[in-house]
Amino acid sequence: MDINLAQLQIGQKGIIQEFNIDLVPLKLLEMGCLPGNEVQILQVAPFGDPLYLNVNDSYLAIRLETARAITVQIPNESK
Amino acid sequence: MKVGNINIALIGNPNVGKTSVFNQLTGLNQQVGNYPGITVEKKVGVCKLASNLKATILDLPGTYSLNASSLDENVVIELLLNRNDKDYPDVAIVVTEVENLKRNLLLFTQIKDLEIPTILVINMADRMSYKGITLDIPYLEKMLKTKIALISSRKNEGIDELKNLIVNYRNIPTEPCLNASEIDPVYFGNLRKAFPNQLLYKLWLVITQDVNFVNLDRKELPNPSFTKSKEDLKRLQHKETIKRYQFINEVLKVGQTVDINSAKDLRSRLDRILMHKVYGYLIFFGILMLIFQSIFDWSSVPMDFIDTSFASLSSYAKANLPTGILTDLVAEGIIPGLGGIVIFIPQIAFLFLFISVLEESGYMSRVVFLMDKIMRRFGLSGKSVVPLISGTACAIPAIMAARNIENWKERLITILVTPFTTCSARLPVYAILISLIIPDKRLFGVFNMQGLTLMTLYMLGFGMAIFSAYILNKILKIKSNSYFVVEMPGYKVPMFKNVAINVIEKTKSFVFGAGKIILALSVILWFLGSHGPTETFHNADKIIETQLQNKTVSGEKEDLVASYKLENSYIGIVGKTIEPVIKPLGYDWKIGIAVVSSFAAREVFVGTLATIYSVGSHSDEETTIKNKMAAEVHPVTGAKIFNFATGVSLLLFYAFAMQCISTLAITKKETNSWQWPMVQLVFMSGFAYVVCLIAFQILK
Repeated sequence: MDINLAQLQIGQKGIIQEFNIDLVPLKLLEMGCLPGNEVQILQVAPFGDPLYLNVNDSYLAIRLETARAITVQIPNESK
Repeated sequence: MKVGNINIALIGNPNVGKTSVFNQLTGLNQQVGNYPGITVEKKVGVCKLASNLKATILDLPGTYSLNASSLDENVVIELLLNRNDKDYPDVAIVVTEVENLKRNLLLFTQIKDLEIPTILVINMADRMSYKGITLDIPYLEKMLKTKIALISSRKNEGIDELKNLIVNYRNIPTEPCLNASEIDPVYFGNLRKAFPNQLLYKLWLVITQDVNFVNLDRKELPNPSFTKSKEDLKRLQHKETIKRYQFINEVLKVGQTVDINSAKDLRSRLDRILMHKVYGYLIFFGILMLIFQSIFDWSSVPMDFIDTSFASLSSYAKANLPTGILTDLVAEGIIPGLGGIVIFIPQIAFLFLFISVLEESGYMSRVVFLMDKIMRRFGLSGKSVVPLISGTACAIPAIMAARNIENWKERLITILVTPFTTCSARLPVYAILISLIIPDKRLFGVFNMQGLTLMTLYMLGFGMAIFSAYILNKILKIKSNSYFVVEMPGYKVPMFKNVAINVIEKTKSFVFGAGKIILALSVILWFLGSHGPTETFHNADKIIETQLQNKTVSGEKEDLVASYKLENSYIGIVGKTIEPVIKPLGYDWKIGIAVVSSFAAREVFVGTLATIYSVGSHSDEETTIKNKMAAEVHPVTGAKIFNFATGVSLLLFYAFAMQCISTLAITKKETNSWQWPMVQLVFMSGFAYVVCLIAFQILK
């Protein structure tokens, strides 16, 4: 099932599929947020934004707006 | 004996301990300056490698890749693209850390493509067993075509091996470790044909340099027929990044093994507390309180000591040096001027101490995460927290700290409002005014009223910063994407050596930078106060004598001559000229002079008054500035000059007005336009004038 990264629950893992190139900065790719990599939401900030995630051994925080531009696939067994 | 020198560039991601490696290599043998024309900090150190060989080490700003998205990162590229730069490295050292090796290697593969001899330093090796990581160094060296130094800057291990590698840098292979041009063979093939003598990757960097970095003047393109649209270039950069990661992943699959069953780490446990929706904010608030406590309370002890020491030094000089103009210059110009600089050291040091501990420990990123949503309501970013806190030390480094805010609108607003936060230069002004107009009593037996007033002024500053950010957010029509990427580094106990060096360097550069201006102004003010243009100034003695005989004035002759001289000196003339403008705010011409001279730096206010009053006073007693100000009365009415209404009005003026030329200059540099510093000047000072006018007219 494909959803966007912002829809992922805390602790849930997904595989990055693709993203909107206009909304996702190159810096995010450089920090390891690449298609094919596993991503996990670790924490959500107190007012629901930004998101704290672990991707490709990197620990990053991004805003919801950016997360929505990233499509992830949830592996079936984790459902 | 001739000593050979090699240039080394230290390159790496932020948070990998690059600065620790730099400190270990160079010790205190380092200098902090600026790159010419820009305000990016340039750190250079010297390391002795052998009896006849030393290395000049340049600690470049931290960057995630060679695709610059900020001024700091751009420095790295500018240097590496320019073989004729005097700092161009003979050897590049790419610093990485064991836990983030994969991500750190991205930058390494880019540096390799530039065909510079490159040593790979893998730092924090002491954490490997704890993290269950093992590395196959010979395999990694072979695949990455480099020499690897496994070090622990924290435990000072492996530094000698690194030095050895540097000495033998000619043995390091220079060929790239992957072929990035495969992402678009046709395009790169054409490029190679057109410029056979140029390094392909260099061409590519020049072409794409401004794709992510708008501030740059566009470089001349190699050939128009190759130009691709910005979107295409961006797409290619994405492809390039993916390509590089593919290579790195393959290498690490063999070269690195990670035991998943390693201890559950500290990170998640600490994160849960420090970023908790209640405790997180409480802890942050507590830390802020601690910082303010240290600035207001703990640093007052050394500051009082410095204040009285310089006062006695001044009287000592006056009493013991031969009378004359030179002694006057020393005792009334230079010594009070120096005192006005030295008195800042305790506060500045405390602030930089806290900021550097918070950064080093990894906590600052958590604050950014916690505050982002709240700050965004006011058009700011979570990353604005760092500038706003640093602003309590000085707006200049604070405005520069806004550089890592990706979103231009958020960054601009941060730059514009940061000068409202109470910088340490305002502190001596506040301190002296508060002690003059607010009684040293306790409210309800607990809160010191002077302390509360100071607290209120800080709150006013922060409040105005936030409020004007909110207004600016509504007014400014700048469309920009909400880019925000923050790395959340692992928690580390700050290294004493790093923190100490940082505090010393920052304090030093602040004191010397601001100090020069303050000292120069003190001397100029002293001169302007003790010299006058007209006959009346020179004949002060005679004029007063006649007036005394005619009984038009009364009092001690010496006093009258001095104040008459001051009134007719250059500075007196300036003060008198602006008096009509500032009178509605409750200031006399002497305060006017102090306010005007504050435009060089606010703290000059105190020094100026010190200079003015010591010129105006004949006594050699050990009276500090404060006592002199308290004793100052209106020459006609005999009323106190520094009464409550004037004091409040002055406090508010210093809280709100834009009075710092250095801040305006830095805003101009960072925004690349005169428009924004002018906005600051007009808006802040105009607002200050109106507020002070209202306050004084109500209170008087």
